[in-house]
Amino acid sequence: MPPLTRLFIKTALAYFMTALLVGLALAANVLFTLPPVVAALNPIYFHLFMVGWVTELIIGVAYWMFPKFTRAQPRGSERLVRITYICLNIGLVLRLIAEPMLSFQTARLWGWLVALSALLQWLAGLTFVVNIWPRVKER
Amino acid sequence: MPRLSCWFVRSALIHLTLGFTLGSLLLWNKGLPIHPLLWRLLPAHLEFLLIGWTVQLALGVAFWILPRFRTVRGHERLAWLSFVLLNIGVWLAGLGQVFAAANFVTLLGRGCEAWALLAFVMHIWPRIKAPGVLG
Repeated sequence: MPPLTRLFIKTALAYFMTALLVGLALAANVLFTLPPVVAALNPIYFHLFMVGWVTELIIGVAYWMFPKFTRAQPRGSERLVRITYICLNIGLVLRLIAEPMLSFQTARLWGWLVALSALLQWLAGLTFVVNIWPRVKER
Repeated sequence: MPRLSCWFVRSALIHLTLGFTLGSLLLWNKGLPIHPLLWRLLPAHLEFLLIGWTVQLALGVAFWILPRFRTVRGHERLAWLSFVLLNIGVWLAGLGQVFAAANFVTLLGRGCEAWALLAFVMHIWPRIKAPGVLG
């Protein structure tokens, strides 16, 4: 298993655990009075699962298992995959912090951080597709 | 990778691109508002990413890696039918919900998705087998 795949899968597992903990907090919020920030975690919970866990796992495994690109560059551009990893994770972590803060603070900074998070995650998706597309081929 | 898997995976990647683009627009709009009507894209974002990306990728990879009958993959026509119905379904269900008045279109889309999954299950069921079993 290539090092970048290990990085993607371990990060995905960390998001999975975080998503379960956030889910636990959301469930507890129905029964007990928790700080208001917990209720604002609802969209975060879903994206921790679908972007942090599912998509990140898929990207890592696809990078490892899909047909080879060329002999010289079997997995395409390693640099592009690193960009995918950095953009996806900075984007997602920014979202985890900035999106709940938007519910409580009117400071323009949080809005800009949410927008930056959107841009980074979009770039991550785009760079993944650009790198993996030529590897989707018949033998 | 067999031809049909290529089609499934490429279509999944197209839906990933579209779904991420819509999602990014929605998130940007939340941070720095562009237009309130953008929120109507939310159902298409969900449909593209949940069915068009994740489910479609899973079907494509399953068609590729699950056990074969010597060299053939069983009734491939059913799997091709599944591919066509799934993609029609994703677009109808996604756009049907964006244009809220088009409930019938959404229903049609969901129907296509259900038939697509049924066709795929009928194709893949006999391939879930022990090694050496010819079905």
